[in-house]
Formats: sequence, C-alpha cells, structure tokens
Amino acid sequence: MQRQRWPSLGALYYALLALFMYLPIVVLVVFAFNDSPLMVFPLKGFTLQWFRALGQATEMLKALRNSLLLGITSSLVATLLGTMAAIATMRYRFALKGLFLAVASMPLVIPYVVLGVALLILFSTVGVPLSLFTVGVGHVIISVPYVMLIVAARLAGFPASLEEAAQDLGASYWLTLWRVVLPIAAPAIMSAFLTSFTTSFDEFAVSFFLTGTDTTLPVYVYSQLRFPNRLPIVVTLSAIVMVCSVALLLLAEWLRTRGEPATRRVKQ
Amino acid sequence: MSGLAVELVGLTKTFGGAKGDEVNVAAVRGVDLGIQAGEFFTLLGPSGCGKTTTLRLIAGFETPTAGEVLIEGRPMSQVPAHRRPVNMVFQNYALFPHLTVAENVAFGPRVRGMARAERDRRVQEALELVRLPDVGRRKPAQLSGGQQQRVALARALINEPAVLLLDEPLGALDLKLRKRMQVELKHLQQEVGITFVYVTHDQEEALAMSDRIAVMNDGMVLQVGTPVEVYERPATRFVADFIGETNFLPAQVALREGDGLWLTLEGGRLLARQPAEALQQGQAVTLALRPEKIDLAPSNAGGLGGVVQEVVYIGTDTRFVVRLASGAQVVARLQNIGERGLGEFGVGDAVTLLCAPADVHVLNN
Repeated sequence: MQRQRWPSLGALYYALLALFMYLPIVVLVVFAFNDSPLMVFPLKGFTLQWFRALGQATEMLKALRNSLLLGITSSLVATLLGTMAAIATMRYRFALKGLFLAVASMPLVIPYVVLGVALLILFSTVGVPLSLFTVGVGHVIISVPYVMLIVAARLAGFPASLEEAAQDLGASYWLTLWRVVLPIAAPAIMSAFLTSFTTSFDEFAVSFFLTGTDTTLPVYVYSQLRFPNRLPIVVTLSAIVMVCSVALLLLAEWLRTRGEPATRRVKQ
Repeated sequence: MSGLAVELVGLTKTFGGAKGDEVNVAAVRGVDLGIQAGEFFTLLGPSGCGKTTTLRLIAGFETPTAGEVLIEGRPMSQVPAHRRPVNMVFQNYALFPHLTVAENVAFGPRVRGMARAERDRRVQEALELVRLPDVGRRKPAQLSGGQQQRVALARALINEPAVLLLDEPLGALDLKLRKRMQVELKHLQQEVGITFVYVTHDQEEALAMSDRIAVMNDGMVLQVGTPVEVYERPATRFVADFIGETNFLPAQVALREGDGLWLTLEGGRLLARQPAEALQQGQAVTLALRPEKIDLAPSNAGGLGGVVQEVVYIGTDTRFVVRLASGAQVVARLQNIGERGLGEFGVGDAVTLLCAPADVHVLNN
C-alpha cells in the first residue's frame, strides 16, 4: 500500500543517489573532450587535442607503465599467497587458525595511511631504499586479504568430498590440487587477481609514502595538480583509466559468479 | 586369511583428541570384522553409529586411533588413500562439476597413466556397464540424480578395485528409484564379482541386498550374520528392535519340556524352542516376538490371553494391538487373505495370542 502511494519518492531518492555517485565521473569524461584548458562551464567545444597531447606526456606515460607493471606483479604475488592461505584455512585444521585468519585479514581494516607510514619506518630502519619494489610490497599486503576472502568463498562452495574422490581415484595431493581444486577455483582466482590489480592500480596513500624516484600514476597525477595547464591531460588519462577499471571490475564479477549455478546443482 | 578382502582388527577411531579438547568422541570402538572376497557386505546402523567412519577408515580418509585395516591381507596403516586398492561411491556422488561425464569416469585411469586409446575404450565399457552409454559428453549437472549415481559407480568400477566402498549411495533417490537401483546394484555386484562394502541405515535395503550384514550401534558391531540370521535370530534387543518391528515382553523361565522351554508371563504362558545358551529356572528374560509371526485365536484357546484394543487396516495386512493382563501391548499382524485379517476380530474382543515355539525368541536380560 505504502509503495503504491509514494512511487515518486523512491524514484527521486534513487535518482539523487545515482547523480551524487556518477555526476563527477560524467563531468570528468565530458571535460576530456572540452576545447579549453580551464575546467569551467560553459563548455567551449569538442576536441581530441588532449588525447593527442597525451602521446607527448612521457613522464605521465612512464608513471602509467609503472602502475601497470606494479599492478600485475603485486597482484600475481598476492594471488599466489592469498590462494594458498585460502586453501590452508578452508581445508585444514591447525593450531591458532583463528589468529592466522585475523592477522591475514588485518590489512582490510588498517587505514592505508597508517600502513604506509608503518612500512616507511620499517624500510628506512632496515635500510631498504624506496622504489617501486617497496610500493609493491605494500600493495601485496593490501591485496592478500581480498584474494583470500574471494578464493575461500569459492572453496566453501564446493564439498571437500570432491577432493577425497580425486584421492580415492589415485590422485596424490598435488595432482588433486592441480586437476580438481584449482580448475574449480579458477574463476574465483582470476576474479581475485583482477580485484587486486585494480586495488593496486589506484592505490594512493601507501604508494605516496613508499615511492622512490620512479612513481606510480596516482602519485604522479597528484603532483601535477600544481600545474593548471597540464590538468586537461590528467583529466583525459583519468577518464581512460576509469573506463578500463570499470571494464575490469565487471569482468572480475562475471568470472566470480560464472559456473556457480552448475556446482550448486551437483551439490544437492 | 587369504579369502578375506578386508579385515578390521581392533579398529578404533576417536575424534576431538587434539590437545586441549575436553570431549573425546569415540566413533568406532574396537571393531573386528572379516569381509570375504566377492561378498556384498553391509554395515547397518542408525546415524552416528560409526558405520561411515568405519568405511572412511577402510578408504584411508581417516587414520585409526588404534587397530589396523588390512586389505587383501596387507596392512594399510602406511598406505595413503590414493594408493589403496579400494574405490568409493560417495553419498553426494562427488562428481567433478568441471569435467564431463566421460572425463569423470576417465579420471582414475588418467592419473594412473593409462594410454588414451585404452582409456577411451574402458570408459565406454564402464558407461555401458551402468547402462549410460550416451551421456559421456554431458556435464554431471545435466544428469538426473539416478544417472549421477550410475556415473559415480562407473567412475569407481573402471579402476577394478579389490573392494568397492559405498556410503549410503541410494540415500538421495526417491523410493521407487531406490528400489530399482537396489536390484540393479545387486546384479552389478554379481556381474563384476567385486567385494562391496555398503553403508546404510535402511534395514530393508540391507536385508534385500546383502550377503552378510554387520549391525552397528554406538561404535560397536553387535551382530554379524546373513539377513536371515540377523532378522530371525537377533543377538541383542537393539538388533531385534532396529531391524523390523518387534514386541518385547518380560517373562520368566518356567520349565523345560523336551527341546522346548515354557515361559510364564502375566496373563499366560508361551512355549519357546530351547535357546542355545543355558537358562536357569526362574530366570528373568525378555521375549522378542515379530508381529507377523503372531496369530490370533478366539479367547477359549488357552495360552496367552488379551483384549483387542486397536485395529488398523494397512492394505496387505491388518494390524491388531492387543492389551495383555499385565497392561503390556502386543502388535500382531494378520495378512488379509480370505476370511482372515480384516473383520475377523474387533475392538474389545478377547483373544489368545499364538506363536510357534521356533518364533518365540528368548533374549537373555
């Protein structure tokens, strides 16, 4: 009854919410095509000059390359570590398992600023020079819990008797892992990899503290805000990155849910 | 010992034995069993009786706390699950969802390194054996429960195990299909000649399929015998109660007469065939009477008298609940044949319970 009476209220709320969330992104994309170095309305006209200028912005492209490289490498390491942790926690009983889980998930709740400062102090105490490597270590720490949770959820979704069946049929532990566990968990592992990649790619706080001379894209973009005439190029690149990120996340989500109904049917 | 496919010696499994754990649950307690090669052997008992744990100990998924599993005379304590000459059919089938039916069946031969051509031929044979020759390319999720069940069987049998372990394999199927699969499984076992160790809580299923049954309760084996033995001559009250329906009546040993034994109850007396173990005169015992072996006669017949309290028509039979002078209730079943059964006696009629001496089973208290 209530719903019938106030159909417009819900719709209005939803429209405002969507506007609040997506308007900044729309503005970003719009200004990437605006024929003026000033980020003000009214719009001047359509141009592709910022995209062309992007090709000459070598510093920025280098930062982009660093970020891509860093994202791929740190995600590979995080996926490996997180998957192993997920298998350990979902399939084995061991002492202090609760503590292990809590410690492994901690980076989810520690503010990145705190994590960045802490790692900075650690590295300078031990004498490790700041570089992309130190940023990578920070990103692995951030990503491991995401990977662990995504893969663990998948492992929880299929019965351990599948692994027993494989061993019963003559497969050793490693062969069981290779032929049964990993293929079934593969979509989740891929999804976890993409999630940690996007996390690493747009991470700012930890990168800011741990970066050396070679910098990542978010840190570089931040440093460019002081120069108004370079702003349109930054905006243009941000727009491109935004579109790519959304595409990656959609892919990750699709991978995560793919195949799930089939396993569910076998279970019952 | 050469004729034994599986031998269990003092097999014990205690769960929760890790340090700091207060509660230790003994799932299996000192089980001794010998399972003959080629036998259809059933572990029967209520849930939690330790039958599945026993099966998993044979498969190697659990490590015994004490005792030993021998398969074909070989001790298994140092042999991991994937090297044991046994295969298991799981309760939920445990088919690999990411593989096709043919790939599922080929899993065993493949990890053992069988050549492709030989493997394909064997897979087809195995699928034909379970009468599913045309589903090889499908995924398990596209099959019905009964079909998945057969694929699980084919996947196990293709490895030609010394022993096939089956953990309530028909539990998830509906009644009609279950009955059909019981017959099929039994035929299959006779055809391939492999030793089957079958776990179930369904006593009818156990009676219909098994060569021998081990009745388990509380982690222990109470009786091992053929279906006829465990039904007709249950060793304990639990066995008599769990398999089929039984009336238990307290009685006293009165006197011996030839190879028979008179027993007195409140409300009359009954003649039983002399049991194997010696019983003292005056000793208190429990009588176990199967409802279908009790006949009813009009009250002037002497023997054990009572009054009909309830009459229930159940199709093939009529069930009579008779109240004895002691207040105890006895269930009797008469088949509905001709004048017998329904309508023969009504509520309130005085009747006499008749039971052949061979069917009066005396349990030592």
